[in-house]
Amino acid sequence: MSETQDQYTFDFNKEKAEILRDGSDELSIKIGDFAGPLDLLLFLIRQEQANIFDIPIARITEKYLEYIRLMKTLDIAIAADFLVMAATLIEIKSRMLLPRDPTQATEEEMEDPRQELVDRLLEYEKFKTAAGMLHERATIEQAVFTRGTAETDGDNSEVDASVFDLLTVFQKIAERHKDEIKMEIEREEISLADMIRSIKRRIFDEGELSLLKLFEEMHSKHELVTAFIAVLEIVRTEHIRLLQSVTFGDIILRKGESTA
Amino acid sequence: MSEEEISQEEEIAVEPKAARSPAELVALVEALIFVADEPITMRVLAEVLEEERDAIRAAVEQLAAEYEARESGLQLREIAGGWQIATRTEFHEEVRRFLKTRPSAKLSIASLETLAVIAYKQPVTVPEILEIRGVQSATSIKTLLDKRLIVAKGRKEAVGRPIQYGTSKEFLVQFGLKDLSELPSIEDFEDLTQGL
Repeated sequence: MSETQDQYTFDFNKEKAEILRDGSDELSIKIGDFAGPLDLLLFLIRQEQANIFDIPIARITEKYLEYIRLMKTLDIAIAADFLVMAATLIEIKSRMLLPRDPTQATEEEMEDPRQELVDRLLEYEKFKTAAGMLHERATIEQAVFTRGTAETDGDNSEVDASVFDLLTVFQKIAERHKDEIKMEIEREEISLADMIRSIKRRIFDEGELSLLKLFEEMHSKHELVTAFIAVLEIVRTEHIRLLQSVTFGDIILRKGESTA
Repeated sequence: MSEEEISQEEEIAVEPKAARSPAELVALVEALIFVADEPITMRVLAEVLEEERDAIRAAVEQLAAEYEARESGLQLREIAGGWQIATRTEFHEEVRRFLKTRPSAKLSIASLETLAVIAYKQPVTVPEILEIRGVQSATSIKTLLDKRLIVAKGRKEAVGRPIQYGTSKEFLVQFGLKDLSELPSIEDFEDLTQGL
């Protein structure tokens, strides 16, 4: 992902389309490399060179809201988390502006309104650093390679093929076989009449005949053509049915029922 | 890394039960680690070879030391509770060129943060992660689940019985950790960040 380079030149409309695809969580990174409101807040505190234990809440709140305004046009789900923080900041800011009630306040009750936020920031920062450590470890780990998985019966996926697939492969083999046929040295000429007779005999003896098988048996182009014409002739003159179970599949010649 | 521990323990007396010489045992251990698909534990090695755990330990450490001593292209590493033979990091460019692989997509900052929270706070629920990160982590959690870096670890007995997440063995493998205790303590990060 290359979103980091574009962080100052982002186009809201374009970003929005990407957000929809990636989900809301990645958005914060795209718009400026912030993983969340706490991350943004830490960044602003650093940028203002402020002390985390004595956050200049007015200045930081102002900066934070400036940023939120920039983000506001974006995805609502993500903006919500940032808005909660904005509300928290404003609340802290106003509490700090209020004069303390001198009648009620004992030492303990006069807790700094910023304390809870500081605690959260410090807690968050630990995990942010831990995330950085994980990133480093993963990078080192990617430079280490183990042996490839040995081939065992376990990784051999079973043959997943339909009858049609098998037939297709079979026909390809048959075709290749035909291509390989060279000029026959002993050339035995067979007449159309002989061919018709021989095919007819096979059909009537065996009940049916595979065309693919028949054509494969032919040794030359001449024989192939003769066989083809013979088949056409047989179909025309005899009670023969042509069966094809699959489109482009093998064709079976079957002896017809002796109807009229 | 484990190199430091190796030299001290080399002199542990090895008394092979079967009539195996220590060198033979080292060779056998190497053979088994080589064929294993995953990091292989001492326990499994001891079982298969019918040797004492101490003898196995000595053999593994001897082997690691040998790889180290001859500046082999391979290293013996202790990962996810087991031992593994892997290439040395310094050869990654050449190995990658041969394998024609590129470094796999890195996790986003959001996902890394979520993973860090889960690794240190496990078992931890989504609301607890939200509490620390201050942002919804649903997408990151899905990414981490898809990459098998985290696994659901039952439900918390609280309102809504939310699912608790923890890191997986795959996490240890991908981040090169022997076990979770090898992660630096989260308090160390506190010192680190306070120092800034």
